[in-house]
Amino acid sequence: MLTIHREIIEAIVAHARRDHPDEACGVVAGPVGSDAPQRHIPMENAERSTTFYRFDSTEQLRVWREMDDLDEEPVVIYHSHTATEPYPSRTDISYAGEPNAHYLLVSTRDERTAEIRSFRIVDGQVSEEPVQLVGESMDAMRSYEESGDPHAVQSFMFGQSPAAVDYECQR
Amino acid sequence: MAIDVRIPTILRSYTGGAKAVAGAGDNLAELLTNLDGTYPGLRGRLITPEGGLHRFVNIYVNDEDVRFLGSLDAKISDGDTVTILPAVAGGAFGLAAAAAVLGR
Repeated sequence: MLTIHREIIEAIVAHARRDHPDEACGVVAGPVGSDAPQRHIPMENAERSTTFYRFDSTEQLRVWREMDDLDEEPVVIYHSHTATEPYPSRTDISYAGEPNAHYLLVSTRDERTAEIRSFRIVDGQVSEEPVQLVGESMDAMRSYEESGDPHAVQSFMFGQSPAAVDYECQR
Repeated sequence: MAIDVRIPTILRSYTGGAKAVAGAGDNLAELLTNLDGTYPGLRGRLITPEGGLHRFVNIYVNDEDVRFLGSLDAKISDGDTVTILPAVAGGAFGLAAAAAVLGR
Protein backbone atom coordinates (compact mmCIF):
# COMPACT_ATOMS: atom_id res chain seq x y z
CA MET A 1 0.00 0.00 0.00
CA LEU A 2 1.11 3.53 -0.76
CA THR A 3 0.34 6.01 2.01
CA ILE A 4 0.74 9.57 0.81
CA HIS A 5 -0.29 13.06 1.85
CA ARG A 6 -3.20 14.61 -0.02
CA GLU A 7 -1.25 17.76 -0.73
CA ILE A 8 1.43 15.77 -2.56
CA ILE A 9 -1.16 13.97 -4.72
CA GLU A 10 -2.73 17.34 -5.53
CA ALA A 11 0.67 18.75 -6.50
CA ILE A 12 1.40 15.72 -8.72
CA VAL A 13 -1.97 16.01 -10.47
CA ALA A 14 -1.45 19.77 -10.90
CA HIS A 15 1.94 19.05 -12.50
CA ALA A 16 0.38 16.46 -14.83
CA ARG A 17 -2.42 18.89 -15.80
CA ARG A 18 0.10 21.68 -16.45
CA ASP A 19 2.19 19.57 -18.83
CA HIS A 20 -0.78 17.90 -20.57
CA PRO A 21 -0.81 16.72 -23.41
CA ASP A 22 2.88 15.94 -22.80
CA GLU A 23 3.68 13.36 -20.16
CA ALA A 24 4.84 14.76 -16.82
CA CYS A 25 7.22 12.97 -14.47
CA GLY A 26 8.86 13.34 -11.10
CA VAL A 27 9.83 11.89 -7.76
CA VAL A 28 8.67 12.04 -4.16
CA ALA A 29 11.62 11.55 -1.84
CA GLY A 30 11.49 10.24 1.71
CA PRO A 31 13.91 9.05 4.40
CA VAL A 32 15.68 5.78 3.50
CA GLY A 33 13.67 2.77 4.70
CA SER A 34 10.72 4.88 5.91
CA ASP A 35 8.43 4.21 2.92
CA ALA A 36 7.12 7.75 3.62
CA PRO A 37 6.97 10.05 0.59
CA GLN A 38 7.58 13.61 1.84
CA ARG A 39 9.42 15.83 -0.63
CA HIS A 40 7.82 16.35 -4.06
CA ILE A 41 10.34 16.97 -6.86
CA PRO A 42 8.77 17.66 -10.27
CA MET A 43 11.26 16.66 -13.00
CA GLU A 44 11.77 17.80 -16.56
CA ASN A 45 10.52 15.39 -19.22
CA ALA A 46 13.57 15.50 -21.49
CA GLU A 47 11.52 13.91 -24.29
CA ARG A 48 8.68 16.49 -24.18
CA SER A 49 6.48 13.82 -25.69
CA THR A 50 2.82 12.80 -25.45
CA THR A 51 3.74 9.11 -25.26
CA PHE A 52 7.19 8.93 -23.67
CA TYR A 53 9.09 10.39 -20.77
CA ARG A 54 12.70 10.35 -19.68
CA PHE A 55 14.32 12.15 -16.77
CA ASP A 56 17.00 14.55 -17.97
CA SER A 57 20.17 12.67 -16.99
CA THR A 58 21.98 15.71 -15.60
CA GLU A 59 18.98 16.79 -13.50
CA GLN A 60 18.58 13.21 -12.31
CA LEU A 61 22.18 13.04 -11.09
CA ARG A 62 21.72 16.29 -9.16
CA VAL A 63 18.45 15.13 -7.58
CA TRP A 64 19.76 11.63 -6.74
CA ARG A 65 22.87 13.13 -5.10
CA GLU A 66 20.73 15.54 -3.12
CA MET A 67 18.62 12.62 -1.87
CA ASP A 68 21.80 10.74 -0.97
CA ASP A 69 23.10 13.74 1.02
CA LEU A 70 19.79 13.94 2.90
CA ASP A 71 19.62 10.16 3.54
CA GLU A 72 16.58 9.98 1.29
CA GLU A 73 15.53 7.64 -1.49
CA PRO A 74 12.94 7.86 -4.28
CA VAL A 75 9.85 6.53 -2.47
CA VAL A 76 7.53 7.41 -5.36
CA ILE A 77 8.39 7.72 -9.06
CA TYR A 78 5.45 9.12 -10.99
CA HIS A 79 4.49 9.95 -14.53
CA SER A 80 1.35 10.70 -16.45
CA HIS A 81 -0.36 9.00 -19.34
CA THR A 82 -2.30 11.64 -21.21
CA ALA A 83 -4.57 9.62 -23.49
CA THR A 84 -4.60 6.13 -22.03
CA GLU A 85 -5.26 4.33 -18.76
CA PRO A 86 -2.87 4.73 -15.83
CA TYR A 87 -1.41 1.23 -16.13
CA PRO A 88 2.31 0.48 -16.67
CA SER A 89 3.19 0.01 -20.35
CA ARG A 90 5.76 -2.48 -21.52
CA THR A 91 8.19 0.44 -21.73
CA ASP A 92 7.46 1.42 -18.13
CA ILE A 93 8.12 -2.13 -16.95
CA SER A 94 11.37 -2.55 -18.87
CA TYR A 95 12.76 0.68 -17.40
CA ALA A 96 11.60 0.21 -13.80
CA GLY A 97 14.96 0.28 -12.02
CA GLU A 98 14.14 1.29 -8.46
CA PRO A 99 12.93 -1.87 -6.67
CA ASN A 100 11.95 0.06 -3.52
CA ALA A 101 9.85 2.66 -5.31
CA HIS A 102 6.10 2.94 -5.71
CA TYR A 103 5.40 3.60 -9.39
CA LEU A 104 2.51 6.05 -9.43
CA LEU A 105 0.63 6.67 -12.66
CA VAL A 106 -1.79 9.50 -13.29
CA SER A 107 -4.04 9.63 -16.32
CA THR A 108 -5.16 13.07 -17.49
CA ARG A 109 -7.27 11.71 -20.36
CA ASP A 110 -10.39 13.02 -18.62
CA GLU A 111 -10.46 16.78 -17.98
CA ARG A 112 -12.33 16.60 -14.71
CA THR A 113 -11.34 13.32 -13.13
CA ALA A 114 -7.71 12.36 -12.66
CA GLU A 115 -7.21 8.59 -12.44
CA ILE A 116 -4.47 7.56 -10.06
CA ARG A 117 -2.99 4.09 -9.59
CA SER A 118 0.09 2.79 -7.82
CA PHE A 119 2.25 -0.22 -8.64
CA ARG A 120 5.29 -2.13 -7.50
CA ILE A 121 7.47 -3.24 -10.39
CA VAL A 122 10.16 -5.74 -9.41
CA ASP A 123 12.02 -7.97 -11.91
CA GLY A 124 9.42 -7.24 -14.57
CA GLN A 125 6.52 -8.27 -12.31
CA VAL A 126 3.79 -5.68 -11.83
CA SER A 127 1.54 -5.68 -8.78
CA GLU A 128 -1.06 -3.02 -8.12
CA GLU A 129 -1.48 -1.68 -4.59
CA PRO A 130 -4.07 0.53 -2.86
CA VAL A 131 -3.41 4.24 -2.33
CA GLN A 132 -4.25 5.69 1.09
CA LEU A 133 -4.47 9.44 1.47
CA VAL A 134 -3.61 11.18 4.72
CA GLY A 135 -3.85 14.79 5.82
CA GLU A 136 -5.97 17.70 4.76
CA SER A 137 -6.77 18.91 1.30
CA MET A 138 -5.35 22.40 1.01
CA ASP A 139 -6.65 22.91 -2.51
CA ALA A 140 -10.16 22.00 -1.52
CA MET A 141 -10.09 24.31 1.47
CA ARG A 142 -8.68 27.21 -0.51
CA SER A 143 -11.07 26.64 -3.33
CA TYR A 144 -14.01 26.37 -0.92
CA GLU A 145 -13.01 29.60 0.80
CA GLU A 146 -12.67 31.45 -2.47
CA SER A 147 -15.74 30.23 -4.28
CA GLY A 148 -17.96 28.82 -1.57
CA ASP A 149 -18.35 25.77 -3.79
CA PRO A 150 -17.03 22.57 -2.19
CA HIS A 151 -17.03 20.88 -5.61
CA ALA A 152 -14.96 23.55 -7.35
CA VAL A 153 -11.91 21.30 -7.50
CA GLN A 154 -11.68 18.35 -9.81
CA SER A 155 -12.32 14.87 -8.53
CA PHE A 156 -9.82 12.04 -8.30
CA MET A 157 -10.38 8.38 -8.93
CA PHE A 158 -8.07 5.88 -7.27
CA GLY A 159 -7.31 2.39 -8.41
CA GLN A 160 -10.06 0.55 -10.18
CA SER A 161 -12.74 1.93 -7.90
CA PRO A 162 -15.82 2.72 -10.02
CA ALA A 163 -16.80 5.62 -7.77
CA ALA A 164 -15.14 8.98 -8.25
CA VAL A 165 -14.04 10.53 -4.98
CA ASP A 166 -15.04 14.17 -4.67
CA TYR A 167 -12.62 16.34 -2.80
CA GLU A 168 -14.24 18.21 0.02
CA CYS A 169 -13.01 20.24 2.93
CA GLN A 170 -12.02 17.95 5.82
CA ARG A 171 -13.72 18.84 9.07
CA MET B 1 44.39 6.10 -5.56
CA ALA B 2 41.51 4.43 -7.32
CA ILE B 3 38.24 5.28 -8.99
CA ASP B 4 35.26 5.56 -6.68
CA VAL B 5 32.25 3.84 -8.24
CA ARG B 6 28.71 4.46 -6.89
CA ILE B 7 26.38 1.50 -7.30
CA PRO B 8 22.56 1.91 -7.50
CA THR B 9 20.23 -0.16 -5.27
CA ILE B 10 19.18 -2.45 -8.12
CA LEU B 11 22.79 -3.56 -8.82
CA ARG B 12 23.98 -3.97 -5.23
CA SER B 13 23.23 -7.70 -5.39
CA TYR B 14 26.42 -7.87 -7.48
CA THR B 15 28.56 -5.98 -4.96
CA GLY B 16 27.47 -7.80 -1.80
CA GLY B 17 25.25 -4.87 -0.89
CA ALA B 18 28.03 -2.27 -1.18
CA LYS B 19 26.91 1.21 -2.19
CA ALA B 20 30.38 2.27 -3.36
CA VAL B 21 33.27 0.16 -4.65
CA ALA B 22 36.76 0.92 -5.96
CA GLY B 23 37.89 0.18 -9.51
CA ALA B 24 40.71 0.91 -11.95
CA GLY B 25 41.10 1.76 -15.64
CA ASP B 26 41.96 4.59 -18.03
CA ASN B 27 38.55 4.68 -19.65
CA LEU B 28 35.03 3.46 -18.90
CA ALA B 29 35.39 0.22 -20.88
CA GLU B 30 38.51 -0.71 -18.89
CA LEU B 31 36.89 0.21 -15.61
CA LEU B 32 33.85 -1.99 -16.31
CA THR B 33 36.07 -4.93 -17.27
CA ASN B 34 38.10 -4.38 -14.09
CA LEU B 35 34.92 -4.26 -11.96
CA ASP B 36 33.53 -7.40 -13.60
CA GLY B 37 36.63 -9.28 -12.41
CA THR B 38 35.73 -8.47 -8.81
CA TYR B 39 31.93 -8.43 -9.21
CA PRO B 40 31.06 -10.95 -11.95
CA GLY B 41 27.90 -10.13 -13.88
CA LEU B 42 27.94 -6.39 -13.20
CA ARG B 43 29.29 -5.49 -16.63
CA GLY B 44 26.55 -7.50 -18.34
CA ARG B 45 23.92 -5.27 -16.74
CA LEU B 46 25.53 -2.14 -18.16
CA ILE B 47 26.67 -3.21 -21.63
CA THR B 48 24.50 -4.74 -24.35
CA PRO B 49 25.52 -7.98 -26.11
CA GLU B 50 26.48 -5.74 -29.07
CA GLY B 51 28.95 -3.91 -26.85
CA GLY B 52 27.18 -0.57 -26.41
CA LEU B 53 26.09 1.18 -23.25
CA HIS B 54 22.68 -0.10 -22.14
CA ARG B 55 19.83 2.41 -22.54
CA PHE B 56 18.41 1.45 -19.14
CA VAL B 57 21.36 2.97 -17.27
CA ASN B 58 23.05 6.34 -16.96
CA ILE B 59 26.75 6.43 -16.14
CA TYR B 60 28.49 9.63 -15.10
CA VAL B 61 32.14 10.57 -14.72
CA ASN B 62 32.06 13.14 -11.94
CA ASP B 63 29.21 15.45 -13.04
CA GLU B 64 29.02 14.51 -16.70
CA ASP B 65 26.88 11.87 -18.46
CA VAL B 66 29.33 9.61 -20.33
CA ARG B 67 27.11 9.84 -23.41
CA PHE B 68 28.60 13.33 -23.79
CA LEU B 69 32.15 12.05 -23.13
CA GLY B 70 32.52 9.36 -25.78
CA SER B 71 30.49 6.68 -23.96
CA LEU B 72 32.72 3.65 -23.25
CA ASP B 73 35.78 5.60 -24.42
CA ALA B 74 35.23 8.26 -21.72
CA LYS B 75 38.57 8.99 -20.05
CA ILE B 76 38.85 8.32 -16.33
CA SER B 77 41.62 9.24 -13.89
CA ASP B 78 42.43 8.15 -10.36
CA GLY B 79 40.37 10.16 -7.92
CA ASP B 80 37.37 10.45 -10.27
CA THR B 81 33.93 9.38 -9.14
CA VAL B 82 31.86 7.23 -11.49
CA THR B 83 28.14 7.11 -10.68
CA ILE B 84 25.76 4.52 -12.09
CA LEU B 85 22.02 5.27 -11.96
CA PRO B 86 19.02 3.49 -13.46
CA ALA B 87 17.63 5.62 -16.30
CA VAL B 88 14.12 6.71 -15.36
CA ALA B 89 11.96 6.56 -18.45
CA GLY B 90 8.83 5.01 -19.87
CA GLY B 91 5.46 6.25 -20.94
CA ALA B 92 2.31 5.27 -22.72
CA PHE B 93 4.00 4.41 -26.01
CA GLY B 94 3.78 0.68 -25.31
CA LEU B 95 0.09 1.02 -24.51
CA ALA B 96 -0.65 3.23 -27.50
CA ALA B 97 1.14 0.79 -29.82
CA ALA B 98 -0.76 -2.16 -28.35
CA ALA B 99 -4.06 -0.31 -28.72
CA ALA B 100 -3.25 0.50 -32.36
CA VAL B 101 -2.46 -3.15 -33.09
CA LEU B 102 -5.71 -4.25 -31.43
CA GLY B 103 -7.60 -1.59 -33.38
CA ARG B 104 -8.98 0.14 -30.30
